[in-house]
Amino acid sequence: MTTLAATAGRSPMAGMKVYNLKLGMWVFLLSEVMFFTGLIGSYIILRFAHPDHFAEPGVVLNVPLTAFNTFVLICSSVTMVKAFAAIEQGDQKGLKRWLLATIILGTFFVGVQVVEYTVLSHEGFVPMADAYHAIGRGNPETGPAIGGPLYGATFYTMTGFHGTHVTIGVLCLWFTLWRATKGAYTANSYGGVEIMGLYWHFVDLVWIILFTIVYLI
Amino acid sequence: MSTTEKEILHAGGGGGHHEHHELPFLRKYIFSTDHKTIAKQFMFVSLFFLVVGGALASLMRWQLGFPGQPMPGGGILPDAMMAPTPDGAIMLPEFYNSLVTMHGTIMIFFAIMPLLVGVFGNLLIPLQIGAEDMAFPRLNMASFWLAVPAGILMLASFGVEGGAAGAGWTSYAPLSSSGEWTGVYLGQQLWLASLAVLGFSSLAGAVNYISTVINMRAPGMTWFRIPLATWALFITAILILLAMPILAGALIMLLFDQTIGTAFFRPQYGGEPLLWQHLFWFFGHPEVYILILPAMGITSEVLSNRARKPIFGYHSMVLAIIGIAFLGWIVWGHHMFMSGMNPLLGTSFMISTMAIAVPSAIKVFNWLATLWKADIHFDSPMLHALSFVSMFIIGGLSGIFMASTPVDMYIHDTYFIVAHIHYVLFGGSLFAIFAGITFWFPKMFGRMMNEPLNKVHWALTFVFYNLVFFPMHNLGVQGMMRRIYDFTQYDYLQPLQPMNRFITISAFLLVASQSLFVISFFWSIFKGRKATDNPWDSNTLEWTVPSPPPHGNFAEIPVVYRGPYEYSSPESDRDFLPQTEPPRGMPASAPAPAT
Repeated sequence: MTTLAATAGRSPMAGMKVYNLKLGMWVFLLSEVMFFTGLIGSYIILRFAHPDHFAEPGVVLNVPLTAFNTFVLICSSVTMVKAFAAIEQGDQKGLKRWLLATIILGTFFVGVQVVEYTVLSHEGFVPMADAYHAIGRGNPETGPAIGGPLYGATFYTMTGFHGTHVTIGVLCLWFTLWRATKGAYTANSYGGVEIMGLYWHFVDLVWIILFTIVYLI
Repeated sequence: MSTTEKEILHAGGGGGHHEHHELPFLRKYIFSTDHKTIAKQFMFVSLFFLVVGGALASLMRWQLGFPGQPMPGGGILPDAMMAPTPDGAIMLPEFYNSLVTMHGTIMIFFAIMPLLVGVFGNLLIPLQIGAEDMAFPRLNMASFWLAVPAGILMLASFGVEGGAAGAGWTSYAPLSSSGEWTGVYLGQQLWLASLAVLGFSSLAGAVNYISTVINMRAPGMTWFRIPLATWALFITAILILLAMPILAGALIMLLFDQTIGTAFFRPQYGGEPLLWQHLFWFFGHPEVYILILPAMGITSEVLSNRARKPIFGYHSMVLAIIGIAFLGWIVWGHHMFMSGMNPLLGTSFMISTMAIAVPSAIKVFNWLATLWKADIHFDSPMLHALSFVSMFIIGGLSGIFMASTPVDMYIHDTYFIVAHIHYVLFGGSLFAIFAGITFWFPKMFGRMMNEPLNKVHWALTFVFYNLVFFPMHNLGVQGMMRRIYDFTQYDYLQPLQPMNRFITISAFLLVASQSLFVISFFWSIFKGRKATDNPWDSNTLEWTVPSPPPHGNFAEIPVVYRGPYEYSSPESDRDFLPQTEPPRGMPASAPAPAT
């Protein structure tokens, strides 16, 4: 529970001066980097091999909406930092307030993504190869399909796994908030908040990369 | 998550104020967070899978030794696997495909990998670095309890409609991406799901091992005082950490192709089957080193101890492990020489692959130099470790054959590769596993193993193993392809039938000899001679604690003063010098030298 104070007592250990939870989170995030590298690398290979399967930015995907959503997620990183800064000062109220703000922003992001998925799939933009028939944004008539099934498959896989990460992050934020209401964190012991922040910023960073390569390029 | 931290403090806390209240049965034996118990759990489960994998191999060998002939006792298997005839049951080709796939998958992911990483990683890392447990004991427990459902999913696939996965352990697309080619739908999906779950288990373990080695070392345990087994397991954990997510991503994409009908690997919709091969081998080649590095580490421990000499070139051993692990990331294309590739790229993969021979040879020569003029004790751990070295040389050399593109074009996908992989995985990893089990058994179970039985088991295994796998080189060079159900359909392969029959009979004897080990294992658990704390006169920290070690391992966090391999040192009257022994003239209570 008392992470920082407790691991300080372990200082005779020959290891680095990073407490276990934080080290473990960094190590875990390394594997997450590789996971998204695999997905993004596959996307790049498929897109270079089959440019005809993909469309110009903004034709199929709603860039303005997602740009706003990106802004929301970046804001949630700011509120996460504010939560961390609050507990560093021992400010319990601030911690809870900013955690709640992060939860709201994170939930909003996932909500917008659900809406986006719904609209896109109504426009024929689906991951299934047989059913793929994207007509493009704001196109009332059914015309020839824009792009090909690899577009739908890579889009939903990459953004879907990112969305899953955000959802898991929101659940962990609820857990952190629940523990914060029970007074689990103090100015000397805020490891749980710090590693939550590490994960949240990582998820944010991944989104900035995904937004760039999936929506903007 | 910070409850995990509480758990550590509870489990350890250093300075000898352990409260040894009895844990309830479930917490002590089933949902235990003690790394030694988890190691035992992994050991029982993965030894069970080793038996399953061996049984699958025996079924395959029947078909190859006696193609198309009724199998004795085959009638008890369902009609989906064996075709009943008046003379008896004959194996179906679809079932043979499942056997090939499941033998490979089970042996690699559910037997060898958990035996090396799950068992020895859990057992040795905290004990050898002087920690009271892993950094995250609950995560460690989760790692084991994720592996169990993964194993159940894998085994369950035998019973579903269409049978178990049949596209090979590599599951190349498009063969694997749609059931229309293999007739296996649900079985392939269970295969994918099972490996994805197992990937999470491995990741949880890897995060734990890495954090533990970095953060939990006892005072004085500097990086270059860490025993080589722990070094190897640490580097292996890094490989798992970085390679497993790539496999997970690929498995999920293939699962999507199979279930919801995406087109990642399905060429008729524009997908790229080669992408699967790249992703799979980008994981798969580091995986090869995941399976051999811990075996090398175990061998180094046993060899140095049983030769009563310091390991030759400790630093170069460590650097060679790191070098092999690094090179392992840039060689995956050598599995794909025949898949279609720019010849220039093939050449660069060939050169990087051959470069691995350098660190591997450094290790082999260091082992040989360790044995030079040594006081060698030929007991069962040592015999197995020596077998590892000699078999690894053969397996390593045949690896060079396949690394050369021109040679590989000739022997690609023949029994030569089957011989090679078994020389490194059975001759290499499995002999090291036997060395490790026989060496650390006293520490795990508190009793010595049955040495005469172990020696007979070693001798029979060594002989029959070579009789099974060495002739396979020959089969491969003569053109017999791997994974073939009935090679007699080709006229030019028919002369190979006597050799195949010889291999099959040897294989049955090889499998039968393993029963000696099973007997020795269980006999020793209950009836073995009680083990002392340090039956092998070893230097490393795990031998300073009782056998088996109590919860929390060390009554007091040990202080380390020296490297792990100071055997026959002139500094000591005995022929070993434990890591905890302070230098002459220095009281034991003095602080550790600055790191």
